[in-house]
Amino acid sequence: MSTAIPDRLRRSPRDRIMVTPEGIELPITLASKGARAGALFMDLALVTFLQIVTTITLASIAFGGLAQFFDAGDKAGGFGALEFLFVIWIIAMFLFRNAYFLFFELGPRGATPGKRLAGIRVAARDGGRLSAEMVIARNLLRDIELFLPVVFLASAGEEGAGAAAMAAAAWFLVFALFPFWNRDRLRAGDIVAGSWVVERPRRKLEQAMSTPGTGANAASAGDASVPAWRFTDEELDVYGEYELQTLERVLRENRREAMEKVQGTIANKIGREPEPGRERLFLEAYYAQLRARLEARMRMGERKADKFS
Amino acid sequence: MTSTDQQLPGSAAIEAAALRSDRFRFEREADWQRLDAIVTRMEKGQLRRLSDEDVQALPVLYRTVASSLSVAREISLDAATLAYLEALVQRAWFVVYGPRSSLGSWLRGFLGGGWSAAVRAMWVDVLIALAVMVAGAVAGWLLVAGDPDWYSAVVPSGLADARVPGASREVLMRSLDGAQGSTGLSAFAAYLFSNNAQVSILAFALGFAFGVPTLMLLVQNTAGLGAMLWLYHGQGLMLDFAAWLSVHGTTELFAILLAGASGLHVGRSMALPGDRSVLQAAAEAGRRSAQVMTGVVLMLVVAALLEGFARQLVHDMAGRFVIGGFMLVAWLAYFLALGRNSEGGSQ
Repeated sequence: MSTAIPDRLRRSPRDRIMVTPEGIELPITLASKGARAGALFMDLALVTFLQIVTTITLASIAFGGLAQFFDAGDKAGGFGALEFLFVIWIIAMFLFRNAYFLFFELGPRGATPGKRLAGIRVAARDGGRLSAEMVIARNLLRDIELFLPVVFLASAGEEGAGAAAMAAAAWFLVFALFPFWNRDRLRAGDIVAGSWVVERPRRKLEQAMSTPGTGANAASAGDASVPAWRFTDEELDVYGEYELQTLERVLRENRREAMEKVQGTIANKIGREPEPGRERLFLEAYYAQLRARLEARMRMGERKADKFS
Repeated sequence: MTSTDQQLPGSAAIEAAALRSDRFRFEREADWQRLDAIVTRMEKGQLRRLSDEDVQALPVLYRTVASSLSVAREISLDAATLAYLEALVQRAWFVVYGPRSSLGSWLRGFLGGGWSAAVRAMWVDVLIALAVMVAGAVAGWLLVAGDPDWYSAVVPSGLADARVPGASREVLMRSLDGAQGSTGLSAFAAYLFSNNAQVSILAFALGFAFGVPTLMLLVQNTAGLGAMLWLYHGQGLMLDFAAWLSVHGTTELFAILLAGASGLHVGRSMALPGDRSVLQAAAEAGRRSAQVMTGVVLMLVVAALLEGFARQLVHDMAGRFVIGGFMLVAWLAYFLALGRNSEGGSQ
């Protein structure tokens, strides 16, 4: 089966083949390091922002509300209210630190706001379901990857211990650079969870190039069901799938110079005269007939990868 | 009919298409566009705007389009259509095999046997962690028994306050008394939970380094406990201290034990993957440990409530032992008995 996946699926070194539970091989593109770093910074900025807003809100409630209690001489009530706010604050901070990533990655989109903006998401490496356990595991590891060295660094700064700061920096670098050291750019959390971070594909269904009257200058084609050119099998057999796809791309891009050049090349190769001004019609006809020929051979089980084969 | 941004070809276009692969495409394009529209809405988070028919049709459409892709790969050389189908199947795959939408149903499965099965599946690591914790406590005791100067090194200074070697029996006795009244208890409980949960997450996460730092963290924590046991023993308050500790300690130490075992489980699986690949072994252990760790956080909530309220409000030794003993038996029964028929850890 792997031979049936053409080079088309290997566009960049970040491309991988993933097999769905139905047994279908899908090309999947790993998220770039830049996208992941960007997503992380956006998320951290958002978490920090939320923490600060929560703290300020609770503090202002505390100062505003407490005055009322003490004005009324209700000291016990004042302390009770203060304690309640403090409990909320502790739990809120804990949740922001530990549950922010969990909450969003457990959602149907499998991505935090930062990841969504960066166009990436979390997926199961084995092609199966992204389970709650995976999301929990990959985010628990964030604690040693991200938060621990920061806390460590902050506490080390107080005592002015250079060695501790160095150790924290080294620790942080080991985990930050972890994705650089393995093929699939897994961070420690991804390894433990069996997940990876991939790009979200976006693609529209384009026009078929091989049907009559689809071209940009289709109006001038006259009766489209009768092609202006009929190519013989010998004329079609000089090219393979690779050239067919190149031709498809040229037609979709629809740039005059490119089409002139390609028409010249093809006409030269099969021994016909190039026809200036009718490049697109010529190429459309050649494309449709070459595809028909190659697809017919494909159904017979023989494939022609390119002009050399 | 879902909205499409492209005109669908009518039967005339299907007739006119000369290529079999194009006819194939035109005949199925409506399904593709419908799936595209559903998936696009779900990606935008507009779940509410999806009709029930669309939601029900999603898995079927996904399989239809996936099989379209398989066929197209065999018969079509239209690169744009193939690329579109690949992207569409991948997007639909994300949605169909995405995280389960209901956290509630996951929690039910988790509490109703998934958690206890995961704990049982790592029983070896639980025993190792238990042995390490006991050894740590014994080491702590022996260290300070040999030289009381060790005490300040073993017990964190923030925790020790008045409980230092040389403290009188009265001081130690008073430290075991509950607080008078209830002011400050909930804040204390919340603080204890947040702190303990962070420590146990750390113990688990450190397991990534083949489990060694996890064991060190366990030893460090229980050595302090051993040192304090020695301190109270010296004043004949061993039983009082044990009762004071048992209220929340049976739950909290159990949770720390499980957190350490989880970290060890991951570390051991990576160091000794057996006939699986390291990545596969790490992922399997990680998912099982994630279940246990979710449970650990819940246990620490319970422990903090016990520590913040029950311990401060219940003062007599027997009452404290009853609470602590009951919790221990309850946890053991839960882990050993529940979900026996769904054996095998994580699914």
